[in-house]
Amino acid sequence: MIIEYTKICEINGSLVILDGVEHPVYEEIAHLFLDNGEMRTGRVVKIDGKKVTLQVFEGTRGMSAFNTKVVFTGESMHLSLSPEILGRVFDGLGRPKDGLGEVYPEKKQDVNGAPINPVAREYPKNYIRTGISSIDALATLIRGQKLPIFSGSGMKHNELAVQIVRQSAIADSDDFAVVFAAMGVKNDVAAYFRSQFAASNVMNRVVMFLNLANDPIIERIMTPKCALTAAEYLAFEQGKHVLVVMTDMTSYAEALREYSSSRGEIPSRKGFPGYLYSDLASLYERAGMIEGQKGSVTQIPILTMPNDDITHPIPDLTGYITEGQIVLDRELSSKGIYPPVSVLPSLSRLMKDGIGEGFTREDHPALSNQLLASYAKVQDARALSSVIGEDELSPSDKALLKFGKEFEEKFICQGFTECRSIEETLDLGWKLLSQLPDSELDRTDEKILKKYCKK
Amino acid sequence: MSEYKIYGINGPVVTVRGKTELQMTETVYVGENKLIGEVIGLTDEYTTIQVYEETGGLTPGEPVAPTNSPMSVTLAPGILGNIFDGIERPLKDVQKISGAFIDKGINIPAVSETKKWQVTVKLSVGDCVQGGEVLATCPETDSITHKSLVPPNVSGTVTKVFPDGEYTVNDTIAEVTDKFGQIHELKLKQRWPIRIPRPTAERLPLSKPLITGQRVIDTVFPIAKGGAASIPGGFGTGKTMTQHQLAKWCDADIIIYVGCGERGNEMTQVLNEFSELTDPRTGKSLLSRTVLIANTSNMPVAAREASIYTGITLAEYYRDMGYHTAIMADSTSRWAEALREISGRLEEMPADEGFPAYLPSRLSDFYERSGYFKNLNGTEGSVTIIGAVSPQGSDFSEPVTQNTKRFTRCFWALDKSLAYARHYPAINWTASYSEYTNELSDWYKENVSPDFTDCRKRITEILSEESNLMEIVKLIGADVLPDDQKLIIEIARVIRVGFLQQNAFHSDDTFVPALKQLKMMQSILHLYDRSKEVIARQIPISKITATGLFDRLIKMKYDIPNKNPEMFDTLCSDIDKAINEILR
Repeated sequence: MIIEYTKICEINGSLVILDGVEHPVYEEIAHLFLDNGEMRTGRVVKIDGKKVTLQVFEGTRGMSAFNTKVVFTGESMHLSLSPEILGRVFDGLGRPKDGLGEVYPEKKQDVNGAPINPVAREYPKNYIRTGISSIDALATLIRGQKLPIFSGSGMKHNELAVQIVRQSAIADSDDFAVVFAAMGVKNDVAAYFRSQFAASNVMNRVVMFLNLANDPIIERIMTPKCALTAAEYLAFEQGKHVLVVMTDMTSYAEALREYSSSRGEIPSRKGFPGYLYSDLASLYERAGMIEGQKGSVTQIPILTMPNDDITHPIPDLTGYITEGQIVLDRELSSKGIYPPVSVLPSLSRLMKDGIGEGFTREDHPALSNQLLASYAKVQDARALSSVIGEDELSPSDKALLKFGKEFEEKFICQGFTECRSIEETLDLGWKLLSQLPDSELDRTDEKILKKYCKK
Repeated sequence: MSEYKIYGINGPVVTVRGKTELQMTETVYVGENKLIGEVIGLTDEYTTIQVYEETGGLTPGEPVAPTNSPMSVTLAPGILGNIFDGIERPLKDVQKISGAFIDKGINIPAVSETKKWQVTVKLSVGDCVQGGEVLATCPETDSITHKSLVPPNVSGTVTKVFPDGEYTVNDTIAEVTDKFGQIHELKLKQRWPIRIPRPTAERLPLSKPLITGQRVIDTVFPIAKGGAASIPGGFGTGKTMTQHQLAKWCDADIIIYVGCGERGNEMTQVLNEFSELTDPRTGKSLLSRTVLIANTSNMPVAAREASIYTGITLAEYYRDMGYHTAIMADSTSRWAEALREISGRLEEMPADEGFPAYLPSRLSDFYERSGYFKNLNGTEGSVTIIGAVSPQGSDFSEPVTQNTKRFTRCFWALDKSLAYARHYPAINWTASYSEYTNELSDWYKENVSPDFTDCRKRITEILSEESNLMEIVKLIGADVLPDDQKLIIEIARVIRVGFLQQNAFHSDDTFVPALKQLKMMQSILHLYDRSKEVIARQIPISKITATGLFDRLIKMKYDIPNKNPEMFDTLCSDIDKAINEILR
C-alpha cells in the first residue's frame, strides 16, 4: 500500500519538512502531489527520527501545509538509459523535453555515480587534436581529461567550446558522442549550441540536458549529475569517446549556495558551503578512462569568473580539481583576438605524457616550453616599455616586443572555422621563435633547435 | 553486546538517540551494509557518528554495532607496495570485488591473510621482552626486510616460540606471559589506533639532512631527517610535481604517499610510474619501498580526514623497525576542509573562514608526530613530514597556511609567476625559508665539503642583491646600471636558470648528488670572482658576455653528467683561460 504523507510542518525556500514519516531512506526520491494536479519531485536530504527534510527540485511555489501529499519511492534518483538517448533533449532532471516521449530504458543508473577506483583507472595519454593552436601546442587536451575554460561574461567561450567539439569530432568518426549540460544559461545560448551542433552534423550524436536560466534553481544541482551519468553509460557501456560540455559551472555553484543557505548551513568563503570542493570534485572526477575499456569521458566545463577574478572560490576550487585550465583574457578579447586564450595561466597537467615523440612530434615539449618562457619575458619587456618608452629598450627587448605581437596575432589568433594540423601549429611556433636572438632560446636543446628552428 | 539504532542522518553524520555505552573515537558498523564509522560526539540525547562511506540508502532503525576498539589500522607485512583507501582498505582487492567503481560496505582485511611469509624468529624461550622489541623478521619486498615487533603494550617472559618457517599474518609466532600471568599470543599482525602516536624511547636532535637531489631544496632550503616541511602553492604551481620528485628521489627507506582529496588520475600516475622506476640506491622497483594511500576528491569526506592519520601511523610503524620514513601528504588543505565540513554538519561554532577552532591543535598534533627518535628497541628511526598546502586563491594568509607555518620549520613557497614562466621547481627563493640550515651545516661540512655552507651563503646573497636591483631595473631598465651591478644580474641569472631551475624530465638533472651541487656552485662563484677582476679593470662586461661563459654555465647541468664531477675542473680552467685572455 502506498502511504501518502500530508503532515508538512515547515516550508523554507526549496525545503519541505515532513513529520511522522515511517522508514524514510536517506537520499531517496519523493513525489509531491499538489491539489491542482501538479507533481513535483524531491529528495531526502536530512533525517531526524521521523522528521524528514525534502529538497524540492521544482521549488515550493504554491505549496502549503494542506494542499500537498507526499509519496516516497524508496529509491535514489535514477536515470533511464539506452543507446537511443543520442540525439535527444532532456530537462535538468533527465525528463524528455523534445516531445519524443519517454526513453525505453535498457538500464537505470543511480545519478550520484560511484567513485572510480584509482587502481582501475587508465592514465590518459592520447591527445585530442582540437585544431586550435594555442590549445594543441601549449595546453594540449588529452582524452579522459577534465580541462575547464575559465572565462568571463561577454567573452567567446561558447564559440570556443563549439569549435573544440566540432573540430575534435572529425578524428573520432563513429565512436564519438557529445553530452551537453546547460545550467542556468540563457535560452538563446542553448539555442546557439543546438544550431551549431546541427550545422556541423553532429546533432544525432549529442545528448542535451537543459536547465535554462528561467528553470527551477534546485533542479540545476541535479543537471550535471544526470549528464555525467549519461556520459558514463555511453563511454563505459557503449564504448564511445564522450566529450562533456558543462556550462555554466558558476550558475551551478550559485544554486548550491542558495540551497545551502536555505538549509542554514555555516558558510565558508563568499557564502559558499564548506563542501563546495567535495561537491565539485564529485562531478569533475567522473572524467577519465578505465583500464580495459574502450570509451572515455573527457570534460570541458565552462565557468564565468565573477568580475574576471581567478581567485574567486569557484574558479579557484575548480582549478584545484581539474587537470589544468584554459583561461580567457579580456585584454586579448578586446584586441579582437579569437580565441582570447591567455597562454601563461593556461595549463594542461596531462600534456607532458601525451606529447612529444610517438604522440605529436619530438620537438613539441621543447617548443611549448620555449614559447611560454619567451612570452613570459614579453610581459616584462612590455611593462618596462610602458615606463621608459619603446625607444629606450635594448635590442633584445625590442625583438621580444615584436615577437609578442606576432605571437598573439598569428599564433593565438585564428578563425572560427580554421582547423590547424599539429604540424602547422608547431612549424608556425618555430617560425615565430626564429626571429628572436639565440641567447633568448635558452630552454631548448641544440639538436632540436637546428632541426626545426630555421633562421 | 548491545546494539543501537540509527535515529538521524545528515550527510556523513549519523546520530543514535539516547545514552549509549559507545566510547569517543570508537569504531562502529553502521547499517545493514556495515559501513565503517567513528564516534565523534556524545551527549545525553544523541551519540554522533561520522561515517567513512556514502550514507545514501540508510534508513532510521538500521543497526549500529559497536566494536569496543578505537579507529585502528592493521600493521603487518604486505603493506609495502600496496595502495589503500583512507581507512586502509586495499584498493586492488576492492577492485576484484566491485569492479572499476567502488561500492559501499566492503569490509576486507588490509593485507592478505593467506599469504605465507618466510619468517625468522628472533626470540627464544625464557627471554624477557619489552614492547617494541623485534619478534621476527621476514623479507617483505625485494628491498625491505620487515621486522615484526612486540606490541608496545606487551612485556613479560617468552614462554613459547615457534620455529622459523612459513607463517601467515594470523599465525602465532611466540607467546609471552606478562607479570600478571596473562598469556599474549604474538603474531606478525598487530593493530594500532590511528590517532595515538606510537611510543618511542626518546626524541633525538635533528642533524642529518633528507637528501632529495633537488638543488633548491638540498642546497638552499634543506630539510632534516625527522623534520617537517610545508609546500604551499596555488593550483598549477607544481605542488604535486614537487611531491612526486621527493617521493621518487629522497633518501628515506620508506615512503608513504598520501593523496588526500586530490585527483584520481594522479594516484594512477604515481602507481604506474613508481612500479616502472627503479630506486637508484637499491636497484629495485620504487614501489617496493612505497605505500600509497588514496582518498581522491570524490571519495567520502570522512575517510579523507582519517587518511592522514592512517599514513602517519604506518610511517611510525616502519620507523619503529629502525627505518627512515618520509610521508608526503598531498594536500593537507583538503584534510582541513574535511574537518570543516564535518564540523559544519555538527553545527559547531566556526572560527576563521568557517574552519573549526581546533584546526591549529589538530595540525600541530599531526606535524609533531615527525621527528628523529630512539625507538623502544634501541634502534634509531625518523619520520619526516612533507605536507602540501593548497591555499584558497593563492592567498598565503588563509588559516591553513598560516597555522601550518607555525608547526613546520621548512617553508617552500611555490610561486605563480615562476610557474607561469615554467621555472620549476617554482620555489620562490625570497619567500621560502628553512630553519634547519644551521643544524645541518655540520653534516654538509663533514660529508660534502667544508666549503659548502659558505658557497650557499654567497649564492643566497647574490640572489637577494639581485632582487633589490630588479626593483630599479623595473623602473629604468638594465642598460643604465653600472657594470658591477650588471654582473650581479648576469650571475644571478646563471644561478636562477642554471642552478635553481631543475628539469624533472631530464635523465641526469632529475636527481643531482650533493657533490655535483657543490661543484656547480663553485663554478658559478669562480666565474663571478674572476669577472669581478675584469670589471675592476674598467673592462666592459660585454667582453665577458661575448665569451659565452654565462650560457655555458647555464647548460652545465645537462653537459656534465652526474657521474663525471671531474669535468668541472676542465670547466674552471676554461673559465680561467677565457678571463685571462680578456685581462691580457
